[in-house]
Amino acid sequence: MSVVQENPAVPIPVEIGGVRAGPPRSQILRRDTWWFWPGVQALGLLAFVGYGIWTAFRGDFYYAGTMGHVSSLPSHYLSPFYSPCFVSSCPTDAVWGPAGGIGTVSPALLVLIFPMGFRVTCYYYRKTYYRSFWASPPACAVADVGSTQPGGMRSKYSGETRFPLILQNAHRYFWYVAVIFAGILTWDAIEAFRFGSGWGMGLGTLIFVVNAVLIWMYTAGCHACRHLCGGGLRRFSNAPVRHTIWRRIVTPLNEHHQLYAWMSLIWIAWTDLYVYLVATNTIHDPRFF
Amino acid sequence: MAVGTSQTEGPSGAPSPASAGEHGTASGETLHMQLWRGDKDGGQFVEYQVPAQEGEVVLDVVHRIQASHAPDLAVRWNCKAGKCGSCSAEINGVPALMCMTRMSTLDTASPITVSPMRTFPVLRDLVTDVSFNFEVAKLIPSFTPAPPPPGGYRMQQVDVERGQEFRKCIECFLCQNVCHVIRDHEENKAHYAGPRFFVRLAELEMHPLDTLDRRAYVRERMGVGYCNITKCCTEVCPEGIHITDNAIIPLKERVVDSRYDPVAWLGRKILRRPAPMTAAEAAAHTSAATRGVSDAAR
Amino acid sequence: MPSISTSAGEIPLHEYDVIVIGAGGAGMRAAVEAIDKGCTTALICKSLLGKAHTVMAEGGVAAALGNVWPQDNWQVHFRDTMRGGKMLNNWRMAQIHAQEAPDRVLELEAWGALFDRTPDGRILQRDFGGHRYARLAHVGDRTGLEMIRTTQQRAVALGVDVYMECKIVRLLKNADGAVNGAVGFWRESGDFVAFSAKSVVLATGGVGKTWKFTSNSWECTGDGQALALWAGADAIEMECVQFHPTGMVWPMSARGLLVTEGVRGDGGVLKNSNGERFMFDYISPYFAAETADTIDEADHWYDDKVNYRRPPELLPRDEVARAINSEVKAGRGSPHGGVFLDIASRRSADFIKRRLPSMYHQFKQLADVDITTDPMEIGPTCHYIMGGVRVDADTEQTAVPGLFAAGEVAGGMHGANRLGGNSLSDLLVFGRRAGLAAAERAKGTPVDTSLEAGQVNEVVTHALSFLERDGGGTQPYDLHHDLQETMQALVGIIRTESELLEAKEKLVELGERAKKASAPGSRRFNPGWHMALDLESMLTVANCTTIAALARKESRGGHTREDYPNPDPELEKVNYVCRYRDGEYTVTPEAKPEMPSELRQLFEEEEASGGEAVAATKEGDN
Repeated sequence: MSVVQENPAVPIPVEIGGVRAGPPRSQILRRDTWWFWPGVQALGLLAFVGYGIWTAFRGDFYYAGTMGHVSSLPSHYLSPFYSPCFVSSCPTDAVWGPAGGIGTVSPALLVLIFPMGFRVTCYYYRKTYYRSFWASPPACAVADVGSTQPGGMRSKYSGETRFPLILQNAHRYFWYVAVIFAGILTWDAIEAFRFGSGWGMGLGTLIFVVNAVLIWMYTAGCHACRHLCGGGLRRFSNAPVRHTIWRRIVTPLNEHHQLYAWMSLIWIAWTDLYVYLVATNTIHDPRFF
Repeated sequence: MAVGTSQTEGPSGAPSPASAGEHGTASGETLHMQLWRGDKDGGQFVEYQVPAQEGEVVLDVVHRIQASHAPDLAVRWNCKAGKCGSCSAEINGVPALMCMTRMSTLDTASPITVSPMRTFPVLRDLVTDVSFNFEVAKLIPSFTPAPPPPGGYRMQQVDVERGQEFRKCIECFLCQNVCHVIRDHEENKAHYAGPRFFVRLAELEMHPLDTLDRRAYVRERMGVGYCNITKCCTEVCPEGIHITDNAIIPLKERVVDSRYDPVAWLGRKILRRPAPMTAAEAAAHTSAATRGVSDAAR
Repeated sequence: MPSISTSAGEIPLHEYDVIVIGAGGAGMRAAVEAIDKGCTTALICKSLLGKAHTVMAEGGVAAALGNVWPQDNWQVHFRDTMRGGKMLNNWRMAQIHAQEAPDRVLELEAWGALFDRTPDGRILQRDFGGHRYARLAHVGDRTGLEMIRTTQQRAVALGVDVYMECKIVRLLKNADGAVNGAVGFWRESGDFVAFSAKSVVLATGGVGKTWKFTSNSWECTGDGQALALWAGADAIEMECVQFHPTGMVWPMSARGLLVTEGVRGDGGVLKNSNGERFMFDYISPYFAAETADTIDEADHWYDDKVNYRRPPELLPRDEVARAINSEVKAGRGSPHGGVFLDIASRRSADFIKRRLPSMYHQFKQLADVDITTDPMEIGPTCHYIMGGVRVDADTEQTAVPGLFAAGEVAGGMHGANRLGGNSLSDLLVFGRRAGLAAAERAKGTPVDTSLEAGQVNEVVTHALSFLERDGGGTQPYDLHHDLQETMQALVGIIRTESELLEAKEKLVELGERAKKASAPGSRRFNPGWHMALDLESMLTVANCTTIAALARKESRGGHTREDYPNPDPELEKVNYVCRYRDGEYTVTPEAKPEMPSELRQLFEEEEASGGEAVAATKEGDN
């Protein structure tokens, strides 16, 4: 992958540095609470990162194979932060991979790189953190922080044309991996129906199913997916199946990509917390049958 | 007449138009309109007080001020129906068309500011020099169809619909104005086309009859990589075009296909697909290039 | 760069083969043609490129492509156009228009236009008032925008030089009496500029701003008609002004704004305050044979156009406008003085949003009315002038050599009333022909393009006089207001001799006041000054319209005289020609070119074939 700076051969003929219209850019004319949503989103992301760090380094109570108080059979709830569980410290019931797992670090540390990479390069999250954390721009028609000081550290802007941000172009590779992870979380949801060696359903089962559904809705609504499944075509009429997938499934999901990004993010943390609470016997997992 | 001049300060803490919902502009009420007056030598907000009238848009009020208080107030407008995209401005700091902003959606209890688009050079008062956009337009590799087959071109509705969304664009240049890549970093104007022209380029790349490949051109000359998809263009578009989701991101993904995706590159090699068109090859189809030819032909 | 010295200092001179004044559909199409034929070409417009009034056209471009109804062909289109125009059209223009429109539409497609499609991938066509078959190629309800963007992008691709926000004040003539240039100023800086050219194409559009309630934008001030008249050209049919039946009547600020005829084509109906579909009471004998006379029949027509006759809501615009006018006068109007246009009760919300997205938006945003649940309040609005500069049908050359005119500024094509959709095709067909003829002239025998400094100076001095006059003069805005009130009240939809005479007197008085108008302030983007100069054009148009309306003692199409309520068959053969000589406006009746027998036969065949009405045409021959 090239990381060479994009260098225009023929610049657009335009005069730069003349007197511009209206009051200076540093003057914010917006009177609405433009800072509200970027602020809320910043807090939301920080809260998740904080929770994620705590969970990842916890290294325990990520598997609820305990007894529920309705049924006497043990559940198979594996926290999505730790799935697939492939280190040797994983519980026998939940372990993946060859010969009882590899290594001994917290499995979350190895697993999380991939879904996090998917979300960090996601077109929606990019918008959010560029706005909320990088303040570039903080809100529409509000100047980039630092851009009003000529010669300052942040007076220049190269967008996603240079390293490291040029790596955002790898989003589709994270999407390929994300599809595998969505499959794994689906497997975990199926596992959540298993109690002992039979089948059943508890509150945790529902939480796992919702988790898998939300992950799929977020993953299938990805912009890279939308491009690959049909958006990249010049003529839809030559590929009716791809057009149908693009139009009927991916585009409707993509329209609410922001919503599913947040719902799946919050739910994944909640699923982990539920497993933790059940595993620590803080609460009991109600069983329906 | 003008009741005085005042340099308006930052956010006043007044309730936002959105959260405050519909405000009545009952007759008898006085509107405090702060219009930007100025030219190359500087300017300031000047407050005009006019009585409110029912059912007006911002442009109506500006026109009334022009007719009664300030006959030399410069304002660019044309159709007054949201179809030509001439009367772009910033109303209470939010980029919008003056003709499509009803007074009843604004909080008339506090002064309303109307300022010109701040990304472009000043001409006078609310009028800006938008020639940047017309220069970029000349640099778009033009529509290049294959010759028509016997019986003429055929296109399916599903194939024209994506382009039709983009062709709703009325060239108000509000997206160009709000885009921080050039608004806050003016030097990028030399190598960044802006959202309006990504919409145009996406339209051409999705046109069922077009034969060019502008992907390298979009990356190298039009600077699509500068966009950090913060979506302000989409937020201000008066035509509701999904600029970011339907035009810019698809262009970025097409650029990934042609430039950054090793698997796609390998696929082209194995399947012996043609290499992507270079930026220079695409540039031969711009107005500048065509012009060179026709000049020589004269 | 060459320059000319004037009282305002040296002004730059731009030299071209062809200059096109006006950058709407016709101007852009002319410029594309001229540069394509190898001419250096300049396109000059009063606003930014691509903002011209053409963007407002919604319904579509009429062309007998025959994609939806294979029975359609140029003869049918020609016949519809002539009959819609009450036979006052220049037959040759109507013929060229009908024959060439399909090629012009297909050409747009080859330049990138994306029209709506039929299931087999061809251009979809829709129904419109006065057209026998679904004939309008369209893109939702923003066809004008599509057309202007396509021609604009084509012009840019070919390298046309564009001079934006430049107002032309006067045309210049050489010693041979041919037009060879123009003087104008930049709206932005107020600096003057001169152009020399071998051919000048006028494509400045309409005159709507002369009236109070109009769908036209500020630009439509009749500049081209006035420039041509001042240069010695003729204007015809200036009395025929189209009042579009469906303009918004509320809110006041949006009054006059157009509601597309597509609403009626897609099922919308007109109702008065009693909820009656009143159009059934206004079917004139002229159209009786082809118009449904029961609601049931009318409603079936949308799905079966062969076996049912069209609803009366789709009668030509002049008929519908007069009917609405009568209903309102009879006290059956809506609260804000219009009538109701109802599509909400007849079509699903989805259908309406898909077929009429701009209308849905326009009402939602400007009037806070949801047209999928509530009826619209509408009334007639000044929309189009059928008349204009008299041109040669094949070359669009005016009576003055070197001066061409195309589009709304030219007269003859539409007769006494224009059918919806015919204006966009008019722009393309005659824009191209004007550009072609202008290019041929530029490439042909040498033209003296040297500009006379004295003429240029005179124009500059005159234009500056408004700025130099001190505050004692009249405010141009007040004058404009008075002119609009006069024309709306006295030269509106229904006219009568006494009112027209009153208007004539008032225009003399307004003319005197306009000479003393003052617009103090800087030359830099001074709207008051621009208005003072635009007023000159509007006054010229107003004078011509008024004296021509006085002269035409009959009612025909867009010209309705209360004192002469019927058409006069003899006057079908006459153009009233308006001229401007030595400060005076004159109007003279002149015989129209006569239609050749093979075309006249089309109307007779139609009668012989039974099904369709030409009775009125026959009556007209008595």
